[in-house]
Amino acid sequence: MEHSYLELRAKTAKKDKGLKEKVMSLTEAVTLIPDNVHVAIGGCHYSRTPIALIWEIIRQKKSGLVFSKSITATEGDLLLVAGTTRHIITSWFSPGVTWGVSRIMRHFVQSGEATYEEWSHMSLGLRYRAAAMGVPFLPTRSMLGSDVYKQLTDIKEMQCPFTGDKLALVPALHPDVAIIHVQKADSYGNAQITGFPFMDKDIALAADRVILTTEQIIDNNEIRRTPDRTDIPFFCVDAVVEVPYGCVPHECYAAYEPDFNHMDMYVKLMMERSTEGVQEYLDKYVYAPQTFDDYLSLFKVKDIVRATLNARKGYGS
Amino acid sequence: MAAELSYNTAELVCISSGRLLEDGKVVFAGAGLPLLAAILAQKTHAKTLTILFEGGVIGPFVEPGKLPPSTNEQRCATRANMVLPTTDVLLLQQRGYVDYGFLGGAQVDQYGNINSSCIGDWNKPAVRLPGTGGGNDIASLSNVIVAMHHEKRRLVKRVDFVTSPGYLSGGNSRKEAGLIAGGILKVVTHLGILGFDEEEKVMCLEALQPGATVEEVRKNTGFDLMIKEDLGESTPPTEEELRILHILDPEKRYTTPRGE
Repeated sequence: MEHSYLELRAKTAKKDKGLKEKVMSLTEAVTLIPDNVHVAIGGCHYSRTPIALIWEIIRQKKSGLVFSKSITATEGDLLLVAGTTRHIITSWFSPGVTWGVSRIMRHFVQSGEATYEEWSHMSLGLRYRAAAMGVPFLPTRSMLGSDVYKQLTDIKEMQCPFTGDKLALVPALHPDVAIIHVQKADSYGNAQITGFPFMDKDIALAADRVILTTEQIIDNNEIRRTPDRTDIPFFCVDAVVEVPYGCVPHECYAAYEPDFNHMDMYVKLMMERSTEGVQEYLDKYVYAPQTFDDYLSLFKVKDIVRATLNARKGYGS
Repeated sequence: MAAELSYNTAELVCISSGRLLEDGKVVFAGAGLPLLAAILAQKTHAKTLTILFEGGVIGPFVEPGKLPPSTNEQRCATRANMVLPTTDVLLLQQRGYVDYGFLGGAQVDQYGNINSSCIGDWNKPAVRLPGTGGGNDIASLSNVIVAMHHEKRRLVKRVDFVTSPGYLSGGNSRKEAGLIAGGILKVVTHLGILGFDEEEKVMCLEALQPGATVEEVRKNTGFDLMIKEDLGESTPPTEEELRILHILDPEKRYTTPRGE
């Protein structure tokens, strides 16, 4: 996963940066991810999570992947139980404060079976940003003196050459692949995010390869009418997959809220029956359905409609 | 005199911690009770209080009954003035635009260090907790208020792991580590309001919550707590505060007491 700057430049130079069609199926897009690489996940917590891609990654039985994500929710449980990963770089890992601490995260980390590499939320953001900027590190005044700092090996302290202030230096984090879900993208990969941008622009620029799922593919002419709204430029992007409701049961800003009934059901299953419960969930929701549409068919229409209406009402109100 | 109002310990913590947020200031609020307390403050005494959430939100007005279980979801952005990338909203603290960081605490020690990472040894934890999230950044860069339930296992002499730095080992140690701004202002529990001694930076009891006694506070604290000489008493929740709180959190998702 280590990149020297010139290697990074060489990889980027080799990339086909033409304004070309990149639309493909979920299956094809996920075959672009080899085993044993670092995959950065866009979105944050249970918002704009690229669930469809994670669903397909699990189905294709990828292994040895290292994942990084700003805050990890239920998708982290699924990736651990499915055996897709044993190493997650993140700042927080659980479904949400009212749902309690993930029993899956506890099981895997407490037993030493998996590594939860903990960085502060902002320092992880600065690591992606440093990578997006093409610099080897960024300085911050955060984390100094804490045990979060002390348990990390990949962090340094320096004295500012101008002011003498102590600073923590966080190293650039270059994912091999970034997987990101957006509301709108054209077939070339120009992506427009509505609502929280989270760290996704930085992740897209930091990664060698970018796979997008989008609620809707729009015409390039529409992008050209509102270029100020484009967050990810086409030349970063390697694949575009149109997946409406691609974050369910998580939320997608202005499109749908989380399916809270489903989340409650999942958390109950996970908290009561741990890995066995989640295995059952994987069997029913990930392995059994033949397509992502089949997966969506397992959700209650009235819950999805309510989640959609709530998001529309909330947006801009 | 009005009839005695009924409220639970979580409601008491929520109301009395929210009162510390002054009008015209900017607060960075964590998920759970801090989020609720900041919204309550905005609806009562601090109408122009600006709330920031980790998701990237500046100045929202979250709708009653629609409090989100995360500060990274769209309900947090209702009627917001701006949404920013996460890194940039957190950087506002480093720049100095945030007056208070507002956090919940799983475990807090006598120097105000907060642990939300693990119980027991880091390398072989008895319980792995969710982690820092933005907590470390908030505690490193802002003046922090912590709202929590007062229990011996939660208020300890030394946290198992310093997730979010308070005054580290007391005295000047926070500044010496390089954290030259910010620090922990208050810890608000259902038994008292706790501050920090100017020089030693050790926690001390500044005021009792209504009905609580020094003995009760001592019994529920895991270290020998300093008691301020002119010990105050906190004003009980008012009918108005409770009325608004119940509108905000009708199902008591955030105000069901823990550990009782």
